[in-house]
Amino acid sequence: MALFKKKNKERDDSYYYASQWQLMYQKFRKHKLAMASAVLLIVFYTIAIFGNFVAPQGTEQFSGEYVNCGPTPIHFFHEGEWEGPFVYGLKRDRDPVTYMNIFVEDTEKICHIDFFAEGDKGGEYKILGLIPCNIHLFQAEGDGQVFLFGTDGMGRDLFSRVVLGAQISLFIPVVGMILTVALGLLMGSLAGYFGGWVDNVIQRLIEVVRSFPNVPLWMALSAALPATLKPAQVFMLMTIILSLISWPNLARTVRSQFFSIKKEDFIMAARISGAPASAIVLRHMIPSFLSYIIVNMTLTIPSLIVGETTLSFLGLGLRSPATSWGVLLQETNKLETIMFYGWKLIPMIFVFLAVLAFNFLGDGLRDAADPYK
Amino acid sequence: MNKNFLMFALRKLATMILTVFLISFVVFFIITLPPGDFLTNYIGRMAEAGEAVSPELIAELKAHYGLDQPFVVQYWKWISNIVFHGDFGYSFLLSMPVTSVIKAYIVPTMVLSLVTMIFTYAISIPIGIYSAVHQYSVGDYLFTTIGFIGMAVPNFLMGIILMFISFKLTGNTMLGLYSPGMENAAWSMAKFIDLMKHSVIPILVIGLMNTCSLMRTMRGQMLDELGKNYVMAARAKGLKAKAIRYKYCVRAAMNPVASSIGWSLVNIFTGTTIVAIVLNLPSMGRVMHEALLDQDMYLAGSWLFLMAIMTVLGTFISDLLLAWLDPRARSEYLKG
Repeated sequence: MALFKKKNKERDDSYYYASQWQLMYQKFRKHKLAMASAVLLIVFYTIAIFGNFVAPQGTEQFSGEYVNCGPTPIHFFHEGEWEGPFVYGLKRDRDPVTYMNIFVEDTEKICHIDFFAEGDKGGEYKILGLIPCNIHLFQAEGDGQVFLFGTDGMGRDLFSRVVLGAQISLFIPVVGMILTVALGLLMGSLAGYFGGWVDNVIQRLIEVVRSFPNVPLWMALSAALPATLKPAQVFMLMTIILSLISWPNLARTVRSQFFSIKKEDFIMAARISGAPASAIVLRHMIPSFLSYIIVNMTLTIPSLIVGETTLSFLGLGLRSPATSWGVLLQETNKLETIMFYGWKLIPMIFVFLAVLAFNFLGDGLRDAADPYK
Repeated sequence: MNKNFLMFALRKLATMILTVFLISFVVFFIITLPPGDFLTNYIGRMAEAGEAVSPELIAELKAHYGLDQPFVVQYWKWISNIVFHGDFGYSFLLSMPVTSVIKAYIVPTMVLSLVTMIFTYAISIPIGIYSAVHQYSVGDYLFTTIGFIGMAVPNFLMGIILMFISFKLTGNTMLGLYSPGMENAAWSMAKFIDLMKHSVIPILVIGLMNTCSLMRTMRGQMLDELGKNYVMAARAKGLKAKAIRYKYCVRAAMNPVASSIGWSLVNIFTGTTIVAIVLNLPSMGRVMHEALLDQDMYLAGSWLFLMAIMTVLGTFISDLLLAWLDPRARSEYLKG
């Protein structure tokens, strides 16, 4: 058993010279899934930041012509000959069984896809909100249409909406996470540093918040938001609501860390040399368990993504015309979507991937957080 | 029952009552959160529907809920009505007292939650033990993967995905608790089978997240126990591996699982609420959603209150259970 397992691997000097953070990085790189997740998340966030460039359509555009159109396949060969990437034109038809409107490819008409196309189809936007620009990553020439993920019930390109929705769905959780961490750190360190009645009060508070089922409490709080708010205000308040409920986990971690570190010699030394409480906490205590906080931060984000998506999905969070993944999924809760418009479930894949990637990333970080093990 | 245990229970009970008191405050705060008091909204809505509300009724409602008085007085009226008269207020959405709404829906909701809870524990504990005993086997990797996915996918997505799969496979989305036409039929074998069929997706969805996290806890605890010295000592004395595993390790590993009953309830309530909305089940979750969309805060708030109380009760029970299972827990707690 474990007793006889040879644990000491041969290590060169660099291992013993490496700092704690270097060791963590080395250990993290060994976690393949976490590395892959990190790459995926970087791709997601980059696309979200340059969303207006990547998305062929802006948030406010729609074409009543192409309502509930399925994904348009991208072809490379026309009648056996190389054409480069192109789509066929679309023509309206009727399903022979259900008599519903459907779109079929018009194989007579070829519309090539232009990359870095400047055009009025996609509409203008500002790069990073500053420089006006009109170039889009790809566009079909003429009156051709590229709907990579199909269109929704208003004729909006679903791919564009997924990309633009990512701007909200991926950034609300980050802002919320920052608030959560600030709150959790504050409460946790107050409880852990002072102990006694302060600790008791904060413990009760944590218990109260944790006694509510998350999502129903989120629902109740966001339902109380007045319906007249602007999307930006709803965005702000939603972030605050999400973080108001998710801080207790971090606070508990911080508190228990405080209790275990408080009795260490170096804290005693700092106190004897007359360092004020704030300096002891900020300079000496928090850095010593920073890695745990980072892990907790990473694991908070997926739960906030789920929170935002769920609330918007239930019609209690962001509402159209604001676009987030949850708003996109509102359409999936209809029977006809499940029966006839399967492509409208595509945004789910992105919610799923983002949440899973953050979970794996957090898992990898947790392993790396203790590099001496 | 010894004195130690009684002291432990009493102290836990005292904290529980304090927590419930604080929770009631939070809930009442949420109820009063929407701008404008609910009476004004109610009168507005009645006027929209073309019905005038008599001034006497307004005055009576105002007095009953203490609307012109400060927050604390209003709170006192609300809580004393609940405690002394079992009156949770009035639902303007359904035009009936909240208490009767809750009475109508609480039984199906509780049955669904309980069945799911049993299902959760019945599945996750054996799988956790299996994964720990066969660490790094194919089965362990399989369950670990399922566990991660189950914890990562939001409940409502899982509901929709299962509906989609069920539609593709059988041509039926399994919405509601009964097939159309079955709802009002007399109880028969066919109806029972129909109900069972429709319960599969809800139970899977509600239980999945909880099952996965319990599975992970059980696996971790079991691995810890298996590596301890007493296992080796027992092996050295000639006890069979199986006997050690089930007689000692599983018992010790169960403690943290038992102490998680309260938090499992939180997960399950969240699950039931969302699944009820997505799958259109006749349970409190759907009613709460409708109430919230309409800012009918008395109805929604009361249900939130009940869920929180049940969670606190669950935590209390699991604390007692843990103290009974593991004497170390209660002595540590009493020492401070």
